Amino acid sequence: MSDPIPYARAIPGTQPPLDSPSYGSTHKRAPRQEPIRAPLTLTEATSPRFALPSHADMSVVEGHAAMGERIIVAGRVLDEGGSPLRGSMVEVWQANAAGRYHHARDQHDAPLDPHFQGQARVFTDDEGWYRFTTIRPGAYPWRNHHNAWRPTHIHFSLFGQGFAQRLITQMYFPGDPLLPLDPIFLATADEEARNRLVAKFDLDVTQPEFALGYRFDITLRGPSATPFEEGHA
Amino acid sequence: MSTAHQTAGPFWHLIDFPEWADLLRADGPNAGAQGERITLQGTVTDGDGALVTDAMIEIWHADPEGRYDGAFQGFGRCGTDAEGRFRFTTIKPGPVPGRGNTLQAPHVQIAIFARGLLQHLTTRLYFADEPLNESDPLLSLVPSERRCTMIATPVIPGTWQLDIRLQGGAETVFLDI
Repeated sequence: MSDPIPYARAIPGTQPPLDSPSYGSTHKRAPRQEPIRAPLTLTEATSPRFALPSHADMSVVEGHAAMGERIIVAGRVLDEGGSPLRGSMVEVWQANAAGRYHHARDQHDAPLDPHFQGQARVFTDDEGWYRFTTIRPGAYPWRNHHNAWRPTHIHFSLFGQGFAQRLITQMYFPGDPLLPLDPIFLATADEEARNRLVAKFDLDVTQPEFALGYRFDITLRGPSATPFEEGHA
Repeated sequence: MSTAHQTAGPFWHLIDFPEWADLLRADGPNAGAQGERITLQGTVTDGDGALVTDAMIEIWHADPEGRYDGAFQGFGRCGTDAEGRFRFTTIKPGPVPGRGNTLQAPHVQIAIFARGLLQHLTTRLYFADEPLNESDPLLSLVPSERRCTMIATPVIPGTWQLDIRLQGGAETVFLDI
């Protein structure tokens, strides 16, 4: 059996560091020791296959429309080599239009919407496309620092073809004035890498007389250009 | 350039399906799977030794033949509870081929997501009674005094305990793959 091709390492600055001084929750949770650089084996080059139903519309619960601005979010999931990820499960979750999660631990004094749960699951098609309908989430306060507010965002969870491609990230909205103030967004040093987390308004995704559309493409780690790096064979 | 990771935050439970912690559940992909039934459990703590009660733990492991391309889906997801504990029910994986015709000791890949983790952490669980641990290609890269952070011990037969310490003293060995 041939050895799996390692995944490319991140370009420095394009991923957030674990230890990020301005994001308080990292202080006691970021490991202090360097990770062990491990060889890629079948364990990391394979990934679960999910036979689960999809649920692509968060904007309606039991026939009732959620409160807020309905939007469509769509994009492609590719790897760094440009290959589409087919049949990949994309899980998303978010706060409601008022900035509150349907979650017992969210005590923000904003109304819950009985017709908004804030969770969806879709699968990419043969060209890597995913698409779901939701409500534009609201900003909400958090206790990281004085007068801290999270920019509006949607959480994304993705599985690639290898467990080493596993990704949880957040999609932000263009023009959000909170982005330049957000320690989580700013933790990624590289400006281009940060800006890739910001969706783009897209008239092609927009559906006439129904909802504005946003495009958010996601890139998972791709094959390393030098499969024999660092003598891991 | 791959998309930047961001923290799962404190409200990831919207994608928690508690039944996913039981890989052998009757209505799941592995109903009726043959093998040695095991429980994997542990506690997650931070740099102060405080319980981490809002982490999401995922596991991924091979079937008893050491394969990932069979019917068995060795994937589970479990949130830590109010005591920082996670607990999975599954079947014990077999040895898995490593690179260059090596053989890896039976192991379970673990991914840890939480508020305060801007990228998820990756580690492995090995089983204390496995002779193959001595020659495992990955364990051999880990300083001997830290290997114990990746080796689960039996608390009762079939129940394996591995505590995860995110930071400090006996900090878990995390992997960069």
